[in-house]
Amino acid sequence: MSSRRSRISEDEINELVSKLQSLLPESRRRGSNRSSATKLLKETCNYIKSLQQEVDDLSDRLSDLMAGMDNNSVQADIIRSLLSS
Amino acid sequence: MDQFMDRKNYTHRNPNPNYTPNYNSMQSLRFIQALARINRAAPKPTTPSRRTKQIRRAAYASMAYTSGSRHNWSRALLIRLRQRQRLRSLRLLTVRRRVRIVTPAMSRPEEPARAETLRRLVPGGKSMEYCNLLEETADYMQCLRSQVQLMQSLVDAFSS
Repeated sequence: MSSRRSRISEDEINELVSKLQSLLPESRRRGSNRSSATKLLKETCNYIKSLQQEVDDLSDRLSDLMAGMDNNSVQADIIRSLLSS
Repeated sequence: MDQFMDRKNYTHRNPNPNYTPNYNSMQSLRFIQALARINRAAPKPTTPSRRTKQIRRAAYASMAYTSGSRHNWSRALLIRLRQRQRLRSLRLLTVRRRVRIVTPAMSRPEEPARAETLRRLVPGGKSMEYCNLLEETADYMQCLRSQVQLMQSLVDAFSS
């Protein structure tokens, strides 16, 4: 009974792992069908780290850009960017 | 994949969620409102590094508030943000470290290597079951990515 349960959850885990893989961008997917879970987790960790780094960098750039603006133009630019995306 | 999309209640459906920019409009709105607040609240000159930190915090806050209590990672992030908020308002100089009882990696032999790193990266990851961790990671990753895309669009808009 317990071995049957572990087999089911192993399938679930494999499914989740392949979903994770499908979320990674193309450039980070290597040997798509045969990645071991470890390699995939490593790529995922790297991807998350790079995303968090990008948040830091973009925060910095936004900070610089916002410094050079007065209040009114920020609102206008924001609305403009929302409408055009 | 459809399960993920349904759970998030995106206000606009995207047929190709992996490859097209798809930021949740609630998330965008929250972040932009926070940016406007940051901009308004600085009559006295703020140091650039302080403003950067405020923006970064606003980014994670808008992610966390948008997902709310639906996911472990957003709950953990909200708790973390509120604790830091409290610390700041009390003007404490020392950083309090919570003592967390973490199951050491040794007792989780069935997990692949690197699961520990993942647990550190995803908020609230340390106390999750492996299965939950994978789900939460996927969700956190998507949210992070849409936040990055949003911020990139704003940078592009402001630079032109």
